[in-house]
Amino acid sequence: MPSAGLGLKPSHFAEALAAPADGLWFEVHPENYMVAGGPRLAWLEAVRARHPISLHGVALSLASDRAVDEIHLERLAELVRRFEPALVSEHLAWSTQPGMYFADLLPFPRTSEALARIVANVERAQEALGRRLAIENPSHYLALQGHAWDEIDFLSELARRSGCGLLLDVNNVFVSARNLGASAEAYVDAFPGELVLEVHLAGHSADPALGQALLVDSHDAPVAPEVWALYERLIARIGPRPTLIERDDKLPAFGELMVERARAQAVLRGRLARAA
Amino acid sequence: MGTSDLARFQQEFAQALLDPAGPMPPAFAVYRNTVMKGSIDALQANFPAVARLVGEEWFRAAAAVHVRASPPRVPMLLDYGQDFPDFLAAFEPAAELPYLPAVARLDRFWTEAHAARDEALLETAPLAGMEPDRLGGLRLRPHASARWAWFDVPAYTIWSRQRRKEDAGDVTWRGEGALLARPGDAVQSIALDRADCAFLDACREGRTLAEAAEAAVGMLPGADLAALMARLLEAGAFSDEGWT
Repeated sequence: MPSAGLGLKPSHFAEALAAPADGLWFEVHPENYMVAGGPRLAWLEAVRARHPISLHGVALSLASDRAVDEIHLERLAELVRRFEPALVSEHLAWSTQPGMYFADLLPFPRTSEALARIVANVERAQEALGRRLAIENPSHYLALQGHAWDEIDFLSELARRSGCGLLLDVNNVFVSARNLGASAEAYVDAFPGELVLEVHLAGHSADPALGQALLVDSHDAPVAPEVWALYERLIARIGPRPTLIERDDKLPAFGELMVERARAQAVLRGRLARAA
Repeated sequence: MGTSDLARFQQEFAQALLDPAGPMPPAFAVYRNTVMKGSIDALQANFPAVARLVGEEWFRAAAAVHVRASPPRVPMLLDYGQDFPDFLAAFEPAAELPYLPAVARLDRFWTEAHAARDEALLETAPLAGMEPDRLGGLRLRPHASARWAWFDVPAYTIWSRQRRKEDAGDVTWRGEGALLARPGDAVQSIALDRADCAFLDACREGRTLAEAAEAAVGMLPGADLAALMARLLEAGAFSDEGWT
């Protein structure tokens, strides 16, 4: 039975380790564990001994205009071999240029050429990791020129050609729909449920300069009511999927995150699920 | 749009990210801000003593200058900031804080010790009964996590008070050395004198204990070598691998 998990931060390690194990799983950014040794790896080993973990990468830069960085891929493969995660996921985005890393998930025009490049990159990554990847839908801030593909069609075709699965971030759907003037409900309803391997829920915030006209996928707040509503709508349609409460900034007490996690767990068990 | 167009799009986008004056739509600022914030957050996390000394506002303004000049090269942000101590040494607004680059180096030492390869500490039992001549011919290898340096400023006193979140307080102005190492899970640190530093330098260069002792005494005549050795062993300075 798919269950709800939490993003794991070093300051919560002790509580994560002690938390009851009823389906609780944890997700980490593998880049934070790409170290030669020391307590970080030891902590993650300890958590892994009690709970499943998921590796959610931010730096494969699959939508880059070039092939995946083999050195980075090997670092990731080493963690996959060591921790045997339940799932490995990445983003429909780019974040590197030669010799430079940008601490963000950057957009690109969805063209057939971009699709071919990303398919090749996902195939190479899946081969090196020996795993099916789940690829996450991005947050959008800009209406870029030059899209030849609708995003859901693009992701579906990527999955069809590469064999990858998808990670549906419901907060990203909400933020993007608001910023670009589209319907979040229509997006969630059209998303291919059979490809969804994991769902993400996170908080967002209003842009400090532009206010409500621009929502930022800041992961620094509780999941918004509108996002919970979209999530319930999604789960009612496609059935339960492993669901993550993502929090990366303004970290609250572990117990507060566990309350949000319990709410997702309740939706998965159908207690709150409503017909769409 | 061909793949070369994709490449051009990404090059231009990347340039605009690091150029605050570039003409872009207002929403583009989200990417620029996120990239800057992520890199500055990383520096603040990696240099906590520096940040506490100068205050968050000053630190983040200085960090922003550094990020634009030397953005992260790899996605492991724990490793970001290798050049930050040198940046601070050349940073005009930091000129009145001559100890700041040294404090930054100690913060960097902490990160390196924290993430270093796991390695067994030197077993001292086999050394205990050794003849002095045999002992003097040994070559000890510093532990993978060991980082040390001599500073011409009281960097270690200043740094350790900041790491313990104590008041800066009065500081005797003198040179100080420091050793950081991770004998177990936690990084530990001790103050070093010039003899300690010379001894460790010699070991790193692959010289024998007799030669290292000579270097230590040469740096600080009258250095108590037995106490020096006990201090370094206790601090976890040496590896159990590779000694001969």
